[in-house]
Amino acid sequence: MGGTSSKLPKDLLSEYQELTFLTKQEILMAHKIFSELQDRENGPYSSRVSMEKVLTLPELKSNPFRKRICHVFSTSDMKDGSLSFEDFLDLLSAFSDSATLEIKSHYAFRIFDFDDDGTLDARDLEKLVNSLTGETDDTRLTAEEMRQLISNILEESDIDKDGTVNLSEFQHVISRSPDFVSSFKIVL
Amino acid sequence: MDGRVSFDADPVIDFESPADEDGVHDSFSQLIQEQCHDLHDVIEMTPLDLEEDSRGQITPQPILARNRPLRQEVTSDSSLTDLCVSDDVECLEADSDAPQQTDHLIGERWSSDTLKVLSSMPSRTIGRSRGAIISQYCNRTMQLRRRRQSRPSIQHFPRSARPSIRGYGVETDAAGFEEEENKRDRLVNNLQNLSDSDRVRMLRAMPLSLSEKKELRMLVLNKAEHSVSQNQIPCCSQLKYYIIIALRHGWYGWLSFLSSLQLWQTALKCVGGRFGTGVLSYFIFLRTLLFFNVFLFLVTGLLLVVPQAITHPDQDQNITVRSSWGLEVLTGAGYFSHSLLYYGYYNNQTLQTGHSCSASGNGTSCSSGLSYNMPLVYFFTIGAAFFITCIILVYSMSKSFGQSFRIDKSKGLLAIKVFSSWDFKVIKKSSVRLQRANIGTQLKELVAEVNRQEQKFPVLQRLFRLFIHMLAWIMCLGSTLACVLAVYYFSEHMHGDLRNRTQAASSDPLLKEASLLAVPVVVSSINLLLPGFFNVVAWMEKYDSPSMLNYISISRNLLLKVSVLGVLCYHWLGRVATDPQSLGLECWESFVGQELYRFLLMDFIFMLLDTFFGEFLWRVFSQKALKRKRKPVFDIARNVLELIYGQTLAWLGVLFSPLLPAVQIIKLLFLFYMKKVSLKMNCQASGKPWRACQMTTIFITLLCFPAFLGATVCVTYTMWSITPSAGCGPFRGLKNMFQAGKRWVHRLAAVNPDLHWLASAHSYLVENPLFLFLCAGIFLIMIYFHSQVVDGQRKIIELLQEQIENEGEDKKFLITRLQHIHERKRRVTPRPVKGASEACSYS
Repeated sequence: MGGTSSKLPKDLLSEYQELTFLTKQEILMAHKIFSELQDRENGPYSSRVSMEKVLTLPELKSNPFRKRICHVFSTSDMKDGSLSFEDFLDLLSAFSDSATLEIKSHYAFRIFDFDDDGTLDARDLEKLVNSLTGETDDTRLTAEEMRQLISNILEESDIDKDGTVNLSEFQHVISRSPDFVSSFKIVL
Repeated sequence: MDGRVSFDADPVIDFESPADEDGVHDSFSQLIQEQCHDLHDVIEMTPLDLEEDSRGQITPQPILARNRPLRQEVTSDSSLTDLCVSDDVECLEADSDAPQQTDHLIGERWSSDTLKVLSSMPSRTIGRSRGAIISQYCNRTMQLRRRRQSRPSIQHFPRSARPSIRGYGVETDAAGFEEEENKRDRLVNNLQNLSDSDRVRMLRAMPLSLSEKKELRMLVLNKAEHSVSQNQIPCCSQLKYYIIIALRHGWYGWLSFLSSLQLWQTALKCVGGRFGTGVLSYFIFLRTLLFFNVFLFLVTGLLLVVPQAITHPDQDQNITVRSSWGLEVLTGAGYFSHSLLYYGYYNNQTLQTGHSCSASGNGTSCSSGLSYNMPLVYFFTIGAAFFITCIILVYSMSKSFGQSFRIDKSKGLLAIKVFSSWDFKVIKKSSVRLQRANIGTQLKELVAEVNRQEQKFPVLQRLFRLFIHMLAWIMCLGSTLACVLAVYYFSEHMHGDLRNRTQAASSDPLLKEASLLAVPVVVSSINLLLPGFFNVVAWMEKYDSPSMLNYISISRNLLLKVSVLGVLCYHWLGRVATDPQSLGLECWESFVGQELYRFLLMDFIFMLLDTFFGEFLWRVFSQKALKRKRKPVFDIARNVLELIYGQTLAWLGVLFSPLLPAVQIIKLLFLFYMKKVSLKMNCQASGKPWRACQMTTIFITLLCFPAFLGATVCVTYTMWSITPSAGCGPFRGLKNMFQAGKRWVHRLAAVNPDLHWLASAHSYLVENPLFLFLCAGIFLIMIYFHSQVVDGQRKIIELLQEQIENEGEDKKFLITRLQHIHERKRRVTPRPVKGASEACSYS
């Protein structure tokens, strides 16, 4: 989709404008960047860009959640995290300035849900905390601290006490954190 | 939420004997039976609802075909079993009839059937499945439609597309697929019945992939087209349709034009990427101030400066341009004192058609009967500018309050920290590392804090701490008081000095001008040095929490700035304005304008010096001499307070010097680039947590409350009760500036007797304080009602939370029972209840 011609057709552009939170300039910019990524891709031409190439973007390069982001937004049947242009727009739209808190928190939930089972359980939380603090020994939490932290998080956010944090509970926590909208942003 | 009963560690039903267990079991299945009966009754009454509802159920399986691998326990078994409380109890038995197949999964300790039930619960499927999302939005579109009542609903849909307890039955893949198609149809139908803007908003906010949204949109549009062609709409509504489309395109174009105007987009991105949201908030605040000033400049420029510049008054002929040009730029006196920069230059004539037309040659003012009453315009321009600024400020303040302080104040510090502390904007490698280290230490500290039980200091130590805090406050307040007194007496001294010089008349004019700069220099150096002193004091105090430290430092700095400004206002409005003759001033307003110009400029110069010495040289010194690796940290709070101080000066001065906003604009532009460069060179990202959103709220509040309100009070006081100078300015010959309006109204009434009511209305409304009191009273009552509503909402939230907790208990109870039934049926090695339920939290 979209990569073959260097320019986006006008009707497609307006359709994208209607369906995403992006402005015209942002879509054109995204298109340019995506075409460059496609050109850099070695091997036969395809409408998708592999995850490795997407992750060379400076905006994603050092993000600890980069692989999860690709997996969440990819619609590939191979589950390899490769992105088509529309997936790429989806990604940018969710991370854009004008996206609503709801859509941002939805995608944040999916990014943090490492095993894709629809809830954040203790293992997801552990992975999340490890991605946040990094894997080096001096920043990493000890096992005891981790256990404490996870039980505290569950205590605070698991309203129905089923031992996991589901989407609504997650959104409830997020809605109390006004900084989330401004920090869950990627600007091209 | 204190009395949390954890799902995992707590045996809910503590039965020991099998007999007892049987009893409980029996009662449970009885309950289920009863429920089924009840439900059947309900279902029989509303067959349509049932049909619709069973379509609306959640189907986790096919959805996952997209790209999410379900957890193995679920995918391994193709036929999903749902919680079958609803229609048939047989399902329970059917499930447990095949224990052998699932036995290998019991490694999880929690039986696979239970796991399946758990993972297909609606609360868990919303987060991952497309079908659930679609039905959720289907529901929402329904609600929206009902709320808008734009068109009558065509079909009857179930009350809730969100799965209710009735909606559960066994289902197969194929059925699931059909379900989804059905749901999508319904969603398309709903969307089609929405208005255009609602539809766009809805589609945009759906967390589906773009291709799916495209498909939905196409379906909606196709249907719409179809129905349109059936109805054969008349040409006029077709025209309407085209106009709407054109308007929408225009609106999109306008929006994208606006967003392309986003000032400093890349620069801000760069700053945010390196230093995070905290420092970014300083620059965004700076940009906000810039927009305020641009607005102020446009208003005063277009309405005051341009008309005045067009009609050359004859008073500027006796200006002698002196040589000390450099000093004049600093003091704003000399050549500038008779220019458009200051109040005194503006005249009090009504720029009539007729004679001013020939002088200016301006076509627009020549058009018949147009008169430009300068005093009136001056008065109303300043008033309107302040009024609009006030509205914008209050609006943004309330919006920001709503965002940052939610009514639900339950604590959830750790969860918030973990879920929303990552700043996705940060892209620089070293900053990412720093951010990780920060979050790591913060989490460790928070966990330690949770563990630590109310650490009790011995009495002596507590007394000592109290003493230190007292001492610190006394030192800060004392130094502030000393500075204020110093400014007071120094300004008095300089005032007397200036008077002597004017009377002596023989002294060097250059020296006289230079002496004007003394007070601004002293005030600016106080503003520069005292915050450093406060920082030292705060360092001595050793506050535990960084946010406390921030608030205390902000309040001390604010106190200093407000009291210094208060003394200065007294100096200008009390000393200079009441007795301008002693200074030999023809126009005290211009003099005050010059003073404000000087203060603004000095503030800027000291900021430059501070950036150079405080940031650049300090960095060089600490890196070269002290051999420290770390760079200094950008002090956001102090810098923002300095911006607020400068803006207060600009607001104060706009009455006396209509072009002061332009000076402020130039200053802010310079400051932006200078701070950006200095930040990149000299500073590193802060290690302290910075609650950007709450801090932004506080800064906007400070900008509104002491800064803007103070400036407004001063300006209003000047307009209301100080006699303007008789020899210059648009208000010459009036008792106060306020009379300009009154005089105009009376003149209007005299010319046109029909407008007599206007004069009386004016005198009643504006001059009578009762009206003002009434307004304030209504305002207070509104605030009171609002707070009551918020209070009520808080109570409802508490109740709902309690109810959710109860539901959680119910769920836990049901799941535990389910597990029991499985285990009893299976009759494999019995497991202790406790061990089995422990695993639940990890499922």
